[in-house]
Amino acid sequence: MISVPELSLVVLVGVSGSGKSTFAAKHFKPTQVISSDFCRGLVADDENDQSATPAAFDLLHHIVGVRLARGLFTVVDATNVQYAARRSLIELAKKHDVLADAIVLDTPEEVAIERNAGRPNRDFGPGVVIRQRKDLRRSLGKISRDGFRKVHVLRGLEAIENAELSYEKAWTDKRELTGPFDVIGDIHGCRSELETLLGSLGWQIERVEGKAVTARHPAGRTAVFVGDLVDRGPDTPGVLRLVMGMVAAGTAICVAGNHEAKLVRALNGRKVTVAHGLQESLDQLAAEPPEFVERARTFMEGLISHYRLDGGRLVVAHAGLKEAYHGRASGRVRSFALYGDTTGETDEYGLPVRYPWAEEYRGRAMVVYGHTPTIKAEWVNNTICLDTGCVFGGTMTALRYPERELVSVPAEQVWYESVKPLGGGPARDPGMLDIGDVQGTRHIETRFGTRVKVMEENAAAALEIMSRFAVDPRWLVYLPPTMAPPETSTLDGYLEHPHEAFEEFAAAGVTEVVCEEKHMGSRAVAVLARTPEVAAARFGVTDGSAGAVYTRTGRPFFDDMAPLVDRLRAACEPLWAELGSDWVALDCELLPWSAKAGELIRSQYASVGAAARAALPEAMSVLEAAAGRGLDVGGLLARTRRRTDNAALFRDAYARYCWPVDGLEGVRVAPFQILACEGRATALEPHVWHLAKLALLDSPLITPTRHLFVSLDSPDSRAGAVEWWSSLTAAGGEGMVVKPAQYVAGRVQPGVKVRGREYLRIIYGPDYTESLDVLRRRFLGKKRSMALREYALGLEALSRLAEGDAGWRVHEPVFGVLALESEPVDPRL
Amino acid sequence: MTTTAVPATDLGFLLHKHPDRVQEFDRSFGTATVFYPESGEERCTAALLLEVDPIALVRSRGKNSPDFSLSQYVNDRPYAASSLLAVALGDVFRTARAGRCKARPELPGRPMPLEIRLPALPCRGGPELAVRLFEPLGWAVEARAVPLDEGFPEWGDSRYVRLTLSGTVRLADALNHLYVLLPVLDDGKHYWIAPDEVDKLVRAGEGWLYGHPERGLIMRRYLGRRWALARTALARLAELGDETEEQLEPAVDEDAAAGETAADEAAAAEAEAQGEAPEVKPKALNVRRREAVLETLEELGATSVLDLGCGQGELVGALLARPRFARVAGMDVSAMALTIAARKLRLDRMPDSKRARLTLFQGALTYTDKRLSGYDAAVLMEVIEHVDPPRLAALELVVFGHARPQHVLVTTPNIEYNPRYEFLTGLRHRDHRFEWSRAEFAAWASRVAGDYGYQVTFKPVGDDDPEVGPPTQMGVFTR
Repeated sequence: MISVPELSLVVLVGVSGSGKSTFAAKHFKPTQVISSDFCRGLVADDENDQSATPAAFDLLHHIVGVRLARGLFTVVDATNVQYAARRSLIELAKKHDVLADAIVLDTPEEVAIERNAGRPNRDFGPGVVIRQRKDLRRSLGKISRDGFRKVHVLRGLEAIENAELSYEKAWTDKRELTGPFDVIGDIHGCRSELETLLGSLGWQIERVEGKAVTARHPAGRTAVFVGDLVDRGPDTPGVLRLVMGMVAAGTAICVAGNHEAKLVRALNGRKVTVAHGLQESLDQLAAEPPEFVERARTFMEGLISHYRLDGGRLVVAHAGLKEAYHGRASGRVRSFALYGDTTGETDEYGLPVRYPWAEEYRGRAMVVYGHTPTIKAEWVNNTICLDTGCVFGGTMTALRYPERELVSVPAEQVWYESVKPLGGGPARDPGMLDIGDVQGTRHIETRFGTRVKVMEENAAAALEIMSRFAVDPRWLVYLPPTMAPPETSTLDGYLEHPHEAFEEFAAAGVTEVVCEEKHMGSRAVAVLARTPEVAAARFGVTDGSAGAVYTRTGRPFFDDMAPLVDRLRAACEPLWAELGSDWVALDCELLPWSAKAGELIRSQYASVGAAARAALPEAMSVLEAAAGRGLDVGGLLARTRRRTDNAALFRDAYARYCWPVDGLEGVRVAPFQILACEGRATALEPHVWHLAKLALLDSPLITPTRHLFVSLDSPDSRAGAVEWWSSLTAAGGEGMVVKPAQYVAGRVQPGVKVRGREYLRIIYGPDYTESLDVLRRRFLGKKRSMALREYALGLEALSRLAEGDAGWRVHEPVFGVLALESEPVDPRL
Repeated sequence: MTTTAVPATDLGFLLHKHPDRVQEFDRSFGTATVFYPESGEERCTAALLLEVDPIALVRSRGKNSPDFSLSQYVNDRPYAASSLLAVALGDVFRTARAGRCKARPELPGRPMPLEIRLPALPCRGGPELAVRLFEPLGWAVEARAVPLDEGFPEWGDSRYVRLTLSGTVRLADALNHLYVLLPVLDDGKHYWIAPDEVDKLVRAGEGWLYGHPERGLIMRRYLGRRWALARTALARLAELGDETEEQLEPAVDEDAAAGETAADEAAAAEAEAQGEAPEVKPKALNVRRREAVLETLEELGATSVLDLGCGQGELVGALLARPRFARVAGMDVSAMALTIAARKLRLDRMPDSKRARLTLFQGALTYTDKRLSGYDAAVLMEVIEHVDPPRLAALELVVFGHARPQHVLVTTPNIEYNPRYEFLTGLRHRDHRFEWSRAEFAAWASRVAGDYGYQVTFKPVGDDDPEVGPPTQMGVFTR
């Protein structure tokens, strides 16, 4: 039985006519086998053109390389009787961090010669085979030293004919384990904290003579240790005993850490520099019986570099692992997994400078690791480091997977002095952002059920707007998500109607919704601090400003924001005590629309109206004259008359939202949600809370938001809301927003907008009512998906803000919202 | 279109459309109808009514063109005498435009009294431009601006003009005038003109376009249209922020940009027509600034240079032309500017040895960026004035704190010089967030140099006026 690794390069070795192609066809898929004859044909139109051999092998190496890079099992069908040919293939395998096996077909010379003679285009005579045979015989003696993982030699026709093939799984492949897992960070001999942590995760520890020897979880969870069980701490043997017991009992798995690797070398009697807490392990183990030490040594020596778990969705390695190395096997993969990616430099403490591979990580798999002590475990591009420096007096951290919850217990004391203060990742100016935070294709983690992908070209568009026009990113803590309309109404004359909104939420299990009027101004986010000192302390803004009011693209309202900010701060005076916060972020509408959108209204909407009013009466008059002559223009005349009426309605639709303002005179702000304040992402509060708090604001600047709560179970309640909406829109209102009365997790829209029939003329065009049947065929899927993703990003930004996260962490999802908004979607929705 | 030629009904022969019939012509963007509201011996009027279907209009652009902005759906095409009307007119009256008339072969050659009325002609450049374009062709022109909205008199006039042309002109010429000049006046940005339309239009100008005093402007607007790039993402974000795309146009080098907008064009054309030299000599300053920067870089002995805010790549091109600059990088925040730069630098046909010296990438000066490290010199040529003052501190940190090249060259306008530009009101470019006096620039530069460990010296760029200083000021920072 020949056994080869599932992901590997298999090199067939044998003279021309030895039966390699037949063997390959019998055992492998045609796409897995790359033959030199095939490649020669591709580059020369002749499989026997020997002058094309170098080009053919270039191509063969390229194809094999691409397949290996993509993680595909590959077989090379070429004679490979010379060392140099095999060597280059082994190097290719190494370059892609996969193992290589050789299968040698040792066919009798006369059989090979006879087979060649029987084939029309291999009439090169017996000399070639005899020469190849000589090369092969020379090779056979030392082929095992070429660098193959295994060399399988099949001697004679019978062995070749009867060969059977099987596949070995990679040691790192534990994709069949689906968890749930508790991944546990660096332990470093802190046995007591480990027991506490396991306890708080719900594990039951078994003890023999008072010593913890194994543990199991009543819910059948599996523990995954990220390595660095040993050194520095007070009880390395105790940790080893417990972990070895769990691994033996099948309730845990463990990957190798750099400290285990070094301890093993020391125990094996190799010369190592005793530093970084190795002495503690050696001393503690010296007090244990030799059998225990031997068991521990064997255990540690057998630890492998990393595991792929849960169908490949989770990768655990001590120092992390970049995507190209997942599931691969080579010296450098092991080295990366144990020591991380280092730049070759050392820092002022003499420690290696680590290359921030995680910042560049874009893989699908979650990578969980340890190795680099930080104050707090932080997600970076779907990777997380769980080493929170327990042995240095920090905490010991576990990640519950798939729940993505972090559980930490504090160190009982400082067990070992760190040469360097615990870092919070790479040091950077808190207000400063890096291009790497926003550019390129990104995956943004949210705690609201979705990981949001931002495409590179959308990030590029957002970068331009953000850097040329947006307010200081320290104020830019939120951008509002887009909102979808409900399913299209089938009611005569309507595209949108409250009925579909109510049906949608009822179907999602929502029993109560709130309907809030849409103000038809410009969406505004106001971030207000009680005083400039609060702004400096909380937001790090030191230019004396105390807030910002900005648009949906982050652009400030008015060149000088200060007067509006000051008046809003005064208006919000009642909120400080009410919220127990010195700052607040509000989601608002700023009125009138013309205050900000004047240029847009004039150049887009009013221009259309002007053209219509100039052209249509003239058209009517010539049509009437033609009709007077008896020409048949009746249909056209009637149509033009209707279009004239529609144009007048269109003009009224936009004019309603325009009134002159002089400075701030005439400007109104309608806040409808309190996004966040100190320590709280209040956006998650129920709407009744928001509306009650905002009702406390009593200022001529503030316009209240009219609203109605609707019980979806009650037909009367629904009917009342429909009537309310009808009267709002009949009076020229934009329409209303229907939202679940309180936050609903999952794929439920946070709100849908139901716009009025007349308002929709400025969206769908003056004559949209003439072609409702065509317009009803609209596709909401993308808009709705965008709304959910942007909503999750917005809540994530607010949560990070409320938690006092670093500026770049707040900026990341905010930038993501702007980037998503540049995705093409029907702009009329 | 009315004629008072006797018999006026000859109009029907010339147009190849019978006065007593109503004829419809289907086009991808809508339906054109030709009919005669009056038809008598003394007076005959033909009407062309184009009904544009805005939904069909969007669809006719192909199903692969993505939705991007509302202006696709809510626009003036269904009402205005736009380039679409020109296309319809060109098709419907093709034979008449060619000056052929089988029934009455002598008719097309004769000038006839004509009156043409266009109730809503989109006219970038105002009624005056319509007069300037049609008068030289023998028309008496009456052009009245249409108010934007009578309810808001403070909004002023719209871009539409009610145009009446009267004159004695051959009908074929009259049609060709409209066919060519409607799109010129319309000057719409995204509106569905295939590249080959341009060639057709130029052919239609045979015999009269060459001698037209405004042919420069007419040609420029054609060429300008061909350059229009799809800027879908930016357009979406503009509408999202209640702004127009024009308000977000990338900051191009304001001196090189002369002739970009219709108003500038009209002004420049006017100055030319009156035999005056344009008041600002934009090219000269533009070139002198670039030369000053190149000269300074050579004096400093820099061999690797990073052009921050490279725009359309003028300086990058000049650097590449000098082999002593072994590595040249251009960064800009505008993906579109970089696309144009790549085209202007002919990146796709640049020899390998030259291409290897060049890097172009998108980046922003308010974000730290590893890619900015490792250059001898960085150039901020006419860039800082496009940054909001509160964001300058971030730029300082990115350039002087993180990238830390040996030298940094900063050029910016000297506001003291502005009164020397006769027609300039306000700042020199719509996107300038500030312009500094020499003292203000010196104060900023000295403070930055002190904060980040650089020395700074100052150089004038352009004629150093004894009273107000040079038009451009340059600071040379060295650490």
